[in-house]
Amino acid sequence: MGAFWNGVWTIAQKDLRSELRTKEAFNASFSFSLVILVLFSFAFDPTSEELHAIAGGLLWIVFSFAGALILNRSFARELQNDCLDALVSAPISTAALFLGKTLANYFLLLLVEGAALAVFAILYDTHFSKQFWPVVLVVVLGTWGMTIIGTMFSALTVNLRMREMMLPTLVYPLLIPALMAAMTLTTDLMGGTPLGPGNTIWLRVLAGFDLIYSVLAVVFIDIVLVG
Amino acid sequence: MTDTAPGVSVDSVWKYYGDFPALRDIQLRIEPGSTVALLGRNGAGKTTLLRIIAGLAKASEGGVRIDNLDVREEATRRRIGILGHSISLYDELSAQENLTLFARLYGLAEPEKKALAWLKRTGLDRVRDGLVREFSRGMRQRLAVARAFIHEPDVLIFDEPFTALDDRAIAVLQSLLADAHAFGRTIILSTHQLREALEIATHVAMIQRGQLVFAGERTQQMVDDTSFLYRTYGEN
Repeated sequence: MGAFWNGVWTIAQKDLRSELRTKEAFNASFSFSLVILVLFSFAFDPTSEELHAIAGGLLWIVFSFAGALILNRSFARELQNDCLDALVSAPISTAALFLGKTLANYFLLLLVEGAALAVFAILYDTHFSKQFWPVVLVVVLGTWGMTIIGTMFSALTVNLRMREMMLPTLVYPLLIPALMAAMTLTTDLMGGTPLGPGNTIWLRVLAGFDLIYSVLAVVFIDIVLVG
Repeated sequence: MTDTAPGVSVDSVWKYYGDFPALRDIQLRIEPGSTVALLGRNGAGKTTLLRIIAGLAKASEGGVRIDNLDVREEATRRRIGILGHSISLYDELSAQENLTLFARLYGLAEPEKKALAWLKRTGLDRVRDGLVREFSRGMRQRLAVARAFIHEPDVLIFDEPFTALDDRAIAVLQSLLADAHAFGRTIILSTHQLREALEIATHVAMIQRGQLVFAGERTQQMVDDTSFLYRTYGEN
């Protein structure tokens, strides 16, 4: 088991080091989030009730589109010099390889989302300090679901010519339950409604979604990578 | 051949791409310590067969075992070294970081020291902190050779190893191959450079349109007349 987690950590470290050195995906993803949030801030009155009603939706649309830019690069960066062959032939399980890449993507996505959330709070005059930890919980769970599916489909579409288009086309329909749950919870929390009997069902949906897709991804990744 | 026979066993391997059979019932037995030159024209199926032997692709039917273990088992993969058409190194990492990464993935003790030792052996220790994207083609190729050898594999699989190598990289690779052969490692290499391959090969296998048309010991006649095999077994 130690070897498995060593493999996960080695791959995650390698991906993070590569990305932080080039910042290709991070810069694209963060710039996109910033532009969308700035543009929408002109479209809505920050003091209006309407804004509170769409806060969750707006944030998760930004997160999911920005996420696609990071996730698309995940396995695509292995195509250069056929690095994927060297990884697949190494004596680590494909599950460890997959989880390592997922962890790196997860960290990068959380970084972009943290920055986007701060920009959102400033531009939209949103105060969620009372619900800070519940918001963090929703972001952590929602982002994991997005990352696990996105990384899986990044592996599946890596050899397709139209992969930049195929990834979002395949991933977004699958993400609907997780995004619905995350949007509803975020809207509630930003509107001042705490987690309670009325909305914990969505938290369970989010956790269940994460668990199911994590297991499915780990089970099927060998077929995806080796055939 | 017995089930417990050591070496590489390719057992009735078929590979389909859609309906097209890229490999057809390949049966090959490679003795430990032998050096096999896998020959065939472009599109014959050499790379497909090497990828299956290396565990990078699965056979549609049949399978490959190394010392009676499935090639996709982690213990088996630990014993295989691969050098393909491409260098399989990360441009945005340094030479040291690349080799350390693979030393870690192969579970080697003291991966940094191991990486440095191989950088010295391939003459790249002075540029160990340089990013691979800044390297010349020859330096990249030598680093790729170091990556393939770093875990001292028992079975070495090379797909066109001499193609596009500069003189220094060829010298490094030939010296390492000679050492590997002397230490009893099994070497399988596909190449179009017949003379270089046949000079170091102990055995020859030839593929024609996905079928194995010849497998046997290399003879002096093959070295003296490199087109002999193609004339005898190849297409006109």
